[in-house]
Amino acid sequence: MSRMAASSSPGRLPEPFLANGSASFSEFLAWQAPELLPGSRTPPLGDASNLARHGTTIVAATYADGVLMAGDRRATMGNIIAQRDIEKVFPADEYSCVGIAGSAGPAIEIVRLFQAELEHYEKIEGTTLSLDGKANRLTTLIRGNLAMAMQGLAVVPLFAGYDLESSQGRIFSYDVTGGRYEEQAFHSVGSGSLFARGSLKKLYRDALTEQECTTALVQALYDAADDDSATGGPDLTRRIFPVVTAVTADGFRRIPDEEIATLVDAVVAARMDRPDGPAAPLT
Amino acid sequence: MTMPFYVSPEQQMKDRADYARKGIGRGRSVVAVQYADGIVLVAENQSRALHKISEIYDRIAFAAVGRYNEFENLRIAGVRLADLRGYSYDRRDVTGRGLANAYAQTLGTIFSSAAEKPYEVEIFVTEVGEVAEEDQIYRLTYDGSVADEHRFAVMGGSADQAVAHLEQHYIDAMNRDQSVALAVAALAAEGDDTEPRELDASNIEAAVLDRTRSRPRKFTRLSDAAVSQALEAGEPPAAGE
Repeated sequence: MSRMAASSSPGRLPEPFLANGSASFSEFLAWQAPELLPGSRTPPLGDASNLARHGTTIVAATYADGVLMAGDRRATMGNIIAQRDIEKVFPADEYSCVGIAGSAGPAIEIVRLFQAELEHYEKIEGTTLSLDGKANRLTTLIRGNLAMAMQGLAVVPLFAGYDLESSQGRIFSYDVTGGRYEEQAFHSVGSGSLFARGSLKKLYRDALTEQECTTALVQALYDAADDDSATGGPDLTRRIFPVVTAVTADGFRRIPDEEIATLVDAVVAARMDRPDGPAAPLT
Repeated sequence: MTMPFYVSPEQQMKDRADYARKGIGRGRSVVAVQYADGIVLVAENQSRALHKISEIYDRIAFAAVGRYNEFENLRIAGVRLADLRGYSYDRRDVTGRGLANAYAQTLGTIFSSAAEKPYEVEIFVTEVGEVAEEDQIYRLTYDGSVADEHRFAVMGGSADQAVAHLEQHYIDAMNRDQSVALAVAALAAEGDDTEPRELDASNIEAAVLDRTRSRPRKFTRLSDAAVSQALEAGEPPAAGE
């Protein structure tokens, strides 16, 4: 923090502040306060995966008005449930959101940096990045975490947003090397993602309404929690439900908990009759 | 053989101040006015792309007059400082006072350094609080001095006429349209003529820090349409006396 301290003590702003440079906040950090960059630490060798909290399943799907993203509320540390009400889906800016799976600490740090990055660009340039531009910026941030990923502290985000140019919702997935892949219709990441994706395969169809699409995501998270011990199902006694967010032409919006509660109650009631969830037609 | 003349420090500072003032005096003024829900900033600006008024952080805005490249430099430095503070601490820890201090130190050092030419700029750092009493308007001049202004503030070439107009017409707790109309009228009052100039919405750059905005970022630019509407609807209130 030495250079940070210098910037707040009497004296003019240090050179990097006034230098002609890029509109990227992470590049500015690398110059002025590199110790604040998430990827700047090299942890000692060894497996650190059980030392920190892990976030689990994130699902996203596009629908007529844009895109929805939802995440369960569980964080685990080895066999321990470390937190029941963690939030893993965040607004990235007014027209996009990001969900995180993997090591929660570094993931939340990367999300904070990503949010700062997008806002910084917007303020410096006076215009927002394109959706592809945002997705590419996230690539750079994830790539910086590769050394940590090799030691069990991987961060696997799912990015979704509303593309104002093509007027549609879009989803991007990433791997730990920063590889960026655009997904069609729906996708899921995290430990329960295999089950969630299988579930969405049967439930998803084109032109779902927002409510139907939300229901499909809640069903998918239920199926993930059903078969993956690290994914939390809806907590009916504590009334803790998945976080669901929508990004449409009107911007980012978190669906109110009361609406999700009603939906979850209906899903759980139906599962009382058929625990495996709605049956898809055979042909 | 040429001999360097002795120039007293007083004279040196005075020359530098004159130089800076001359540069600033060439441009049009910027007005900040407090209203019921926050602060409006209004400038006369022919350009669509080059802004005199901009967002720094959630509750903080920046406005400037003078040499564009110099105040643009300061604006970017402010955004960097605010984003760095907010990222390394918390969003609530970014304050207008901290930013005004950093600017004051920077402008002051540059002004008194013999190796650099003084910046030909004046800037506002404004911050909207939870309630009107917490609103802040800091006015910084080329030599790094800071003034803490209340109700309204004007900077730029012929600020005196605009100030006179505002002193006569400002009332507390105006609505947004009224305060925009008042600020535009104050800008129109400056100039060599005794008659106020005609100002069109397309020549006006305006933005507000509105504490009632639901999102954390309280800064909003007003479109030409919003400014025209304010000029029509927000008949400036009658003289205060």
